[in-house]
Amino acid sequence: MTPLLQVKGVTKHYGARLGCGDVSLDLYPGEVMGIVGESGSGKSTLLSCLAGHLMPDAGEVIYDTRAQGPRDVLGMSEPERRMLGRTDWAFVHQNPRDGLRMGVSAGANVGERLMAVGARHYGQIREQAVDWLGRVEIAADRIDDRPRAFSGGMQQRLQIARNLVTGPRLVFMDEPTGGLDVSVQARLLDLLRGLVREMGLSAIVVTHDLAVVRLLADRLMVMKDGAVVETGLTDQVLDDPQHGYTQLLVSSVLQV
Amino acid sequence: MTLHDQNYNFGYLDEQTKRMVRRALLKALAIPGYQVPFASREMPMPYGWGTGGVQVTAACLTPEDTLKVIDQGADDTTNAVSIRKFFQRTAGVAVTEHTEQASLIQTRHRIPETPLTEGQILVYQVPIPEPLRFLEPRETETRRMHALEDYGLMYVKLYEDIAHNGEISTAYAYPVKVEGRYVMDPSPIPRFDNPKLESAAIQLFGAGREQRIYALPPYCQVVSLDFEDHPFEASKADHDCDLCGCATSYLDEIIVDDAGGRMFICSDTDFCAGRQAAGHIGRLSGKDTA
Amino acid sequence: MKMIQVSDVSKSFVLHNQGGAVIPVMAGASLSVAPGECVALVGNSGAGKSTLMRMIWGNYLCGSGSIVVGGVDVSRAAPREVLRMRREVLGYVSQFLRVVPRVPTLEVVAEPALAAGGGRAAALDKARALLARLNVPEPLWALSPTTFSGGEQQRVNIARGFVHEVPAMLLDEPTASLDATNRGVVLDLILEAKARGAAIVGIFHDEAGRAAVCDREIDVSRFAPAECA
Repeated sequence: MTPLLQVKGVTKHYGARLGCGDVSLDLYPGEVMGIVGESGSGKSTLLSCLAGHLMPDAGEVIYDTRAQGPRDVLGMSEPERRMLGRTDWAFVHQNPRDGLRMGVSAGANVGERLMAVGARHYGQIREQAVDWLGRVEIAADRIDDRPRAFSGGMQQRLQIARNLVTGPRLVFMDEPTGGLDVSVQARLLDLLRGLVREMGLSAIVVTHDLAVVRLLADRLMVMKDGAVVETGLTDQVLDDPQHGYTQLLVSSVLQV
Repeated sequence: MTLHDQNYNFGYLDEQTKRMVRRALLKALAIPGYQVPFASREMPMPYGWGTGGVQVTAACLTPEDTLKVIDQGADDTTNAVSIRKFFQRTAGVAVTEHTEQASLIQTRHRIPETPLTEGQILVYQVPIPEPLRFLEPRETETRRMHALEDYGLMYVKLYEDIAHNGEISTAYAYPVKVEGRYVMDPSPIPRFDNPKLESAAIQLFGAGREQRIYALPPYCQVVSLDFEDHPFEASKADHDCDLCGCATSYLDEIIVDDAGGRMFICSDTDFCAGRQAAGHIGRLSGKDTA
Repeated sequence: MKMIQVSDVSKSFVLHNQGGAVIPVMAGASLSVAPGECVALVGNSGAGKSTLMRMIWGNYLCGSGSIVVGGVDVSRAAPREVLRMRREVLGYVSQFLRVVPRVPTLEVVAEPALAAGGGRAAALDKARALLARLNVPEPLWALSPTTFSGGEQQRVNIARGFVHEVPAMLLDEPTASLDATNRGVVLDLILEAKARGAAIVGIFHDEAGRAAVCDREIDVSRFAPAECA
């Protein structure tokens, strides 16, 4: 089986300071990979490099495209990368305000990606928007409301609907449950897990919340000071951590 | 012999400015619908009064030209009169109110009803040249969106119109796609005028404050954006002109008393006067409405 | 042909944050389980029963040696191969219920069958049948098991472990905290699994239960490393 995403030696410096160094990984279809580490460990830098938001100094990000098979995303032209970014890829930001258009209705937020790839039938766009709002548990009668009128959890679910409407195969998530109430987090996790399974999504989830990765990720990568210190099955890394930093991370979690 | 050709300094602008504006105009004509940056100069009038249009007009004028200036279709409003006088004084060109006699027409917010012909130039005053501006405030981002033909956002605007009003309610500055490539703001003309953008004349757009020039060469393709199930419609008030009886021209609604009385008249004053002179009459013809 | 084959496995923990202390917990562990066979791990608390079971599950890394389950060497396989083994080959009934809060019990139970690619309707039917058999009251099925009592959670865990029929199973104290009736149901489930050919490794403190279902006992204190013995 060909990996959906192959990352080889991705390195990014900010001036003299290392953002992330020599990171390699393979992600297979249907796999969810968690990346954990404290603030400044380079996990968000890595995610930005993989998602094409940042150009790394070195390395390759090879994606198995639908039309042409494996291609280095970093070597693509910007229009190609943008097209990928709004069809086959999705990016869920921590703060829904970064991923939503706050000034237009929920329906338009969901429909934008469809319109960007050429949908020109209002009725069909709206139908799909209603369908997706339902799938993320937002009532159909909220379709013409702006996201400002939504709670934080609803905004995050709207962001997910907006991203998944074009049926992507790879989803990047940056702290998807950060900043949400614990009860809302659980609901979102449940939703994400269901969508991942139903749609066969592959995902890379960056978070500092170990409970989130335990429930969401099949595999785990632990980062510290820009480097990967440990990888493996999520439950194995959390229950039998090998690296000192991971041991510290796991033992530092407050128990309820 | 001097280094400077005095003809080049004709029409208010200095020679270097005129060269600069003309270069921008040529580039704009070569890439229909693309916004060309230019070094907009201070004009002896405030921004918003047509400084962009005036610079384009000044850059195009030759001593043989006949100039017509309209504001919302009318030749006799303050803005039109003062710009016309400005060029009468600074360039000494002939002026006219008749569309068919003009070689260059500067307009604010209308396209004349009389079809334009080859050889004529129509200059638009443009307040905000960027059709994506109210959806995406960052100039860096809108330029990239034009470069990548990333126009999904423009449809978001039309979607919102339908979602909130049941139809595309954008009535003026209705966005168009030029030659299948650039999305363009046709300046705040009523959408009734959009079909006239496909024209035999050269159309030039000048935005003074925003420092942009763009253009439509003759006969280039201009398509108003729409949805398959909500096609574009050129709408107008559902009346005939009360002065000339015309059923197909764009109308202004005028309140005539305190009792709800109103009349509809052609917004294009030259067109209406021409029809009245030819004997056409409307509902209120011959009555004293003043 | 053995279903589960553990060969010369050792394991130690290195505590990097406590002066790099190395704690050996197992050495030379070997066992094999054939299809249709149930093997009990016995030994005192701390002898390494759970550790060995967790290594077979892939939850703890294997220090040296090999652990082959249904043809997959857990000690060397890539994470996705271990995951596939867990979906298709090896079932696990742990003592702890770890689920996403808010997910209804019925979905929690059906999940392994769904993950293995079974039809949704069939998976839910199987889950209902198991919950009924384990006497979990029907009104609870639509609720999340996170707030259930210990015994109820234990039965949800067991239902989850048996909902998808796999050729090998790990059972960690399946009858703990159960009343007599439910204990009987669980023992029946184990016997049925054996009858259809499942290879089972279990930890049972319940000696009568162990005797009823197990063919052999393996005392893991035999695998204690030299310096701890």
